[in-house]
Amino acid sequence: MSKSNAVVVGVNGNMVSARFTGNVRMNAVAYIALPAPAGQDVVRLKAEIIRVRGEECDMQVFEDTRGIRIGDPVEITEHLLAIELGPGLLGMVYDGLGNPLEELAQKTGFFLKRGTYLPTLARDRKWHFKPCAHVGDKLQAGHGLGTVPEGVFTHRIMVPFGLVGAGEVLEVAPAGEYPVDHPIGKVRSLATGRTHEVSMMQIWPVKKPITAYAERLLPSRPLTTRIRIVDTFFPVAEGGTACIPGPFGSGKTVFQQSVSRYADADVVIVAACGERAGEVVETLREFPELVDPRTGRSLMERTIIICNTSSMPVAAREASVYTAVTMAEYYRQMGLRVLVLADSTSRWAQALREMSGRLEEIPGEEAFPAYLGSLIAAFYERGGIVRLADPNLGAAQGSTTIIGTVSPAGGNFEEPVTQSTLAVVGCFLGLTYARSYAKRFPAISPLDSWSKYLDSLKPALEELYAPGWVAEVRALQRFYREGQRIGDQMKVVGEEELSVDELVHFLKSELFDAVFLQQNAYDEVDAGPSTVRTAFALKLARSVLEHDFGFVSKDQARERLLDLTSAMRNWNLAADGSPEYERFLSEIRGALLPRDGAGRKNSPSNVSTARKIQS
Amino acid sequence: MKRIYQHIEQITGPVVMLRAKGIAYGELARIRLGDGATSYAQTIKLRDDQVTLQVFAGSKGVSTGDEVEFLGHQVELMYAAESILGRTFSGVGEPIDGRPPVQDAEKVEIGGPSFNPARRIVPTRMIQTGIPMIDMFNSLVESQKLPIFSVAGEPYNPLLARIALQAEADVIIVGGMGLKYDDYLFFRDKLAPNKERTIMFIHTASDPVVECIMVPDMALAAAERYATANRRVLVLLTDMTAFSDAMKEVAVAMEQIPANRGYPGDLYSQLAARYEKAVDIEGSGSITILAVTTMPGDDVTHPVPDNTGYITEGQFYLKNGVIDPFGSLSRLKQIVNKRTREDHAPLMNAMIQLYDSCRKVRQQQSMGFSISDFDQKLLAYGEEFERRMMDLEVNLPLQKQLDLGWEILANHFTPQQAALSHRLIEAYWPKSRIVAA
Repeated sequence: MSKSNAVVVGVNGNMVSARFTGNVRMNAVAYIALPAPAGQDVVRLKAEIIRVRGEECDMQVFEDTRGIRIGDPVEITEHLLAIELGPGLLGMVYDGLGNPLEELAQKTGFFLKRGTYLPTLARDRKWHFKPCAHVGDKLQAGHGLGTVPEGVFTHRIMVPFGLVGAGEVLEVAPAGEYPVDHPIGKVRSLATGRTHEVSMMQIWPVKKPITAYAERLLPSRPLTTRIRIVDTFFPVAEGGTACIPGPFGSGKTVFQQSVSRYADADVVIVAACGERAGEVVETLREFPELVDPRTGRSLMERTIIICNTSSMPVAAREASVYTAVTMAEYYRQMGLRVLVLADSTSRWAQALREMSGRLEEIPGEEAFPAYLGSLIAAFYERGGIVRLADPNLGAAQGSTTIIGTVSPAGGNFEEPVTQSTLAVVGCFLGLTYARSYAKRFPAISPLDSWSKYLDSLKPALEELYAPGWVAEVRALQRFYREGQRIGDQMKVVGEEELSVDELVHFLKSELFDAVFLQQNAYDEVDAGPSTVRTAFALKLARSVLEHDFGFVSKDQARERLLDLTSAMRNWNLAADGSPEYERFLSEIRGALLPRDGAGRKNSPSNVSTARKIQS
Repeated sequence: MKRIYQHIEQITGPVVMLRAKGIAYGELARIRLGDGATSYAQTIKLRDDQVTLQVFAGSKGVSTGDEVEFLGHQVELMYAAESILGRTFSGVGEPIDGRPPVQDAEKVEIGGPSFNPARRIVPTRMIQTGIPMIDMFNSLVESQKLPIFSVAGEPYNPLLARIALQAEADVIIVGGMGLKYDDYLFFRDKLAPNKERTIMFIHTASDPVVECIMVPDMALAAAERYATANRRVLVLLTDMTAFSDAMKEVAVAMEQIPANRGYPGDLYSQLAARYEKAVDIEGSGSITILAVTTMPGDDVTHPVPDNTGYITEGQFYLKNGVIDPFGSLSRLKQIVNKRTREDHAPLMNAMIQLYDSCRKVRQQQSMGFSISDFDQKLLAYGEEFERRMMDLEVNLPLQKQLDLGWEILANHFTPQQAALSHRLIEAYWPKSRIVAA
């Protein structure tokens, strides 16, 4: 441990200034030592240098700063703020700095005691290492040295990402059980001649992207979320970015939990950044019990939770999104599809604002720092799909998809965080009060949201769903928009002014909304339908919208379409292949039979069954 | 080490600056004012030997020559599990009920560390208040944090007092911020019968603004002690907008750059640090928070209610003297409603839907549209619903509330019109009222 090389000269909230001797690195980690009461250990508070002026540096402290005095010793390290990467991250719950929360609880009890730091990766656990590199191999950063089984995945142990140029393998450990920090090989850099000892663990600075891959590729496949409105109207690309802004109470949390559960990703990293602890607890308690249908294992085995909730120190909140995305980049290096859910980027931006204020920087809009936009852009740029560097893996790809929620003040999307985010993401899923008040969930606005991926993913989408898919989706979007326009018109001029055809168009768009765009996140079946079923449901809905019912009166149209809506909603809730599934499907098809001239074909008994089931 | 200083260099708003050595960040100081009075002050900024203090009593009348003594500790709560029950304290924790200081008290640092999220559990128990609009329609769940959004002039303090009297909790802690003196007296008298389980921390509008900021921390520090000792604690705070305004005042005096409508940029974090103290502890007690947040100009997008809404688990809207069933929401109610009685959730939904229809009919009626016979029924139902359920004076246990719900439905509708499942109608529809449809 290096000794103190600086002393505290100022304290202002969570910003501490220190006078140092020698050199310091920007963004280096420092520890402030609090004088200990007799008989207790010295408390060391972790901090990060965020400004250097002359002989003084300003640090943001990741802990409560009460009790710090002028003159207290500060130990400034050489390292940037970094986390440990290696086998054992999956299934864990960390704070924003990578401290395992469960282990902290075992050590300090119910409350988070400041100055207590634990290694991210447990040292007492052994992993079965199998080498794949040989002595004499010339390897580069990110190339494989060996593998370790971690849950359902084969975890690749790689040449450290920091190695510049090629390196020669001098030693590789034989297959066997080792703890993460045990040396498993030696690599000599050909550029510097230095020999690096390698273990299964790497330490990587969180604010620096991991770029040890061959090349970045254009996102070309969708990341299925099993949320119908997203997968059809506003698809998210694997390796792409999306944002979900919404006022409080618009269902961000439920939506986000649904995605973390059903998204077709290998690894899901949830960054609970400055949000309620209660929400994390639901995930924490539920996920271990839930089975991942793709692997048959507990859902928690593919999940990492970075939990820096709103009452935890604000500087660590700023770090938490970077910790999450760094872990994502690490698993991407193994050829896995990783999804990062950052909830909420607004709280992260507020952490930046708090620090900027303490630094007395000239404020931008709503006192956010002027560099907010470029930081948000840089964060989302860490998403992406890449071809791996290791030639032994062929053209294997890995991806990081980032979905960030935004909590705009007052639900107003004009505010700086939402606007900066919209400028850089590929998909915008706007949640609205109007839809959530009307209990139309997910409350993603079908009119205001957009996705740049619908066209760019066309080949992959048509392969996944059906030929002509994108054109069909576009047609439905137009149909829905026109129907809603008629609805708005009706609110002004009254129903009397509309023709039967116009009213039918409006009612059909409402039906489509109810049976397809809306989805019940609490229903076992409806919460996560398969892509096959979604494609079928879309086709079914389309045939309803296109069907000429030949309604003779508005009342008849209203009544019949309501009955059909109810049948289709019930069908949504029926499990594949169940008797209800067949019954409601035949009821829907019955309603679509060619007209017998009188416009009646639905037997009254069918209608009453549908009502009964619904109530 | 020198602990007493006699030269204040700078005075701005409630903030003073002097030169001193060896002072800890957050340390408490006592200022002896010229007229013999004293005030506490807290260290809020250190820069070399310049110490900035936030004076609890405000800087009015502070002289540059007044004596400042540093006390060597942080702001503390004098805690004694039994003997602080029934007592009333100021924002800095001094007794204001005319009784002597607490004996054998343990000093508890306020604003303590965050609860480890990994040790939180999903709450399962509901807190009954006897108020139908809460228990039946938006149940309060143990460990929940809920604001009461209200405009000035609404009876939010009487509502809080009712809850303090009626709620199922072991300890009730009232934190009053910016209270009118009359309101303080109202709370004091109203809660007198329940004294043995009530503690009050009171800041009135005429008290120094800085003391206002301490009230939630004091109340919650006490709550944490009780909760870890297996007590179910209900914390009632009024009014968090006054608390936020007090923070704004101090931030401006500190020359901080304001973020939104003059509020400091850390308003969200500051509010969250308090609300997140709500917790259900495995194998022990719990803290539940109900906090009045007045909305200036009835504007829910005002920074205080807006930030609050993102933090809390739902909200109650107090409008026209009643808890509005439409905007109000308890996000955790599903967890407990399935454990109360099978008819709870369906009955609640049916009653709300009918009441919503009633509202629409009223609008149509006011616009001069003619109304049908069924509309007449809806109007009569709405009137009875408001009188017998929404009125804040109603105090019934949950089972009786549910029974009353069925009775009101049966007074106006046929079972078919109530749109409830056949099974529930069979089981709960008042037998004497079954009318052929």
